[in-house]
Amino acid sequence: MPSPSSPTESPGAPAPAVEAAGVCRRYGRRWALVDVDLAVPRGSSLLVAGRNGSGKSTLFRVLSTLLRPDRGTTRLLGRDPARDLQAARRRVALLSHYSNHYEALTALENLAVAARFLERPSDRASLLPALAEVGLADRADDPVVTFSAGMRKRLTLARTLLQRAEVVFLDEPYGQLDPPGFRLIDRVIGALRARGATVLIATHLLERGAALCEQGLVLEGGRVAWSGSAAQLPHLRGLEAGSLTEGGA
Amino acid sequence: MREFLAALRKEALLQWRTRAQLAAIFMFGASALLLFSFAIGPDSAALRQHSAGFLWLGLLLASTLTLAESFQNEMDERALEALLLLPVRPTALFYAKAVSNWAELTLLGVGLVPIMVVLYDAGTDRVGGLVGVILLGSAGLSAPGTLYAAMTSQARARQTLLPLLLFPLVVPVLLASVRASSLLITGDPMGQVRSWVVLLACFNAIHWSVCGLLFGRVVED
Repeated sequence: MPSPSSPTESPGAPAPAVEAAGVCRRYGRRWALVDVDLAVPRGSSLLVAGRNGSGKSTLFRVLSTLLRPDRGTTRLLGRDPARDLQAARRRVALLSHYSNHYEALTALENLAVAARFLERPSDRASLLPALAEVGLADRADDPVVTFSAGMRKRLTLARTLLQRAEVVFLDEPYGQLDPPGFRLIDRVIGALRARGATVLIATHLLERGAALCEQGLVLEGGRVAWSGSAAQLPHLRGLEAGSLTEGGA
Repeated sequence: MREFLAALRKEALLQWRTRAQLAAIFMFGASALLLFSFAIGPDSAALRQHSAGFLWLGLLLASTLTLAESFQNEMDERALEALLLLPVRPTALFYAKAVSNWAELTLLGVGLVPIMVVLYDAGTDRVGGLVGVILLGSAGLSAPGTLYAAMTSQARARQTLLPLLLFPLVVPVLLASVRASSLLITGDPMGQVRSWVVLLACFNAIHWSVCGLLFGRVVED
């Protein structure tokens, strides 16, 4: 299996689902990503770990086309997303830190907004199963402003799944969820993998993430500090406490 | 067109759900008209002469609130970010938002007319023409206003920044709208309304085209 940090591909093989070569991104004067290289094969899964502020969310936002890299290139399913942004965005979905909903609208209305843009059925009967899948069917007609953080996360997950994307980025998917919510995320990731989607997960729950992913990658200070099999990630010295480069690299 | 209609439907739903804010902004505009009338005093001829100017100043001040508010919904939970990741062109989002703001400003403007009539004794028998000028003038405020509201939506001082950027740009709109409205109220023996309306239409054509093109650059990274 190719390492996530080596963007080379063998001749004749399909292009990786996600590629990054020398990707750099900065906010003001601070570099959030520095020379990030990775290649995630189609249908596989990548666990991205790293401490707060290490660049995980920025990496996902760059790879999912929400941010442009300041340097370097990215490719999605073999294509440069900048050439046809709309086509690229039909094939990716991002579950981000933010709930990304309109607070004044109900859960069902928020899903209907997304469904209309996706050219999917937006009637109640079509969308209720999506809400039921994340445990929100009984709150379908309540405005999002009345939702707890965990419920908002579930609704964001429902919208992410509605996209039926080929590449799915899950940024802190377990954040704000209760234990049943953790199991829901596990099931969702399993279902995404079963239908052949490529899944990239950023989480601090290393053992949980490692059980679901094949590859692992650790970011530190915006750089790739380690990459390899996800199963090794929870056992890396230094990831929990000290410096990654001292203990784990 | 499908994207535009989907975005417009979303805007209409959001406006309906936040209609209490529109009522509050209308009260703000009405209060401004009342305060302006105090500045003139009880001279009914002067009140009538300045009525169109105060109507448009009231609408301009109220527009900064509605325009800023229209993007607050998008930024509260970064809803706009999720829309951009869907297969939708930013121009469709812009035109839906601008049309929605246009409708809201027109409603505000038309709603302020009876208050102007009562406070300034500024009735007119050319109501259709006045509504037409309000439609054109509101369009002239809403296209650049929507663009600038998007630009300033993430700034801390957005309530200050938006009028600072918008007001200088819409001086031609204000001038043409005030002159056309004033002529409709006080009489137009020389038939000058048409030239002001043409100016408004030209301004709108330019800004609705340019702002639509620029919106993508503003909201995309």
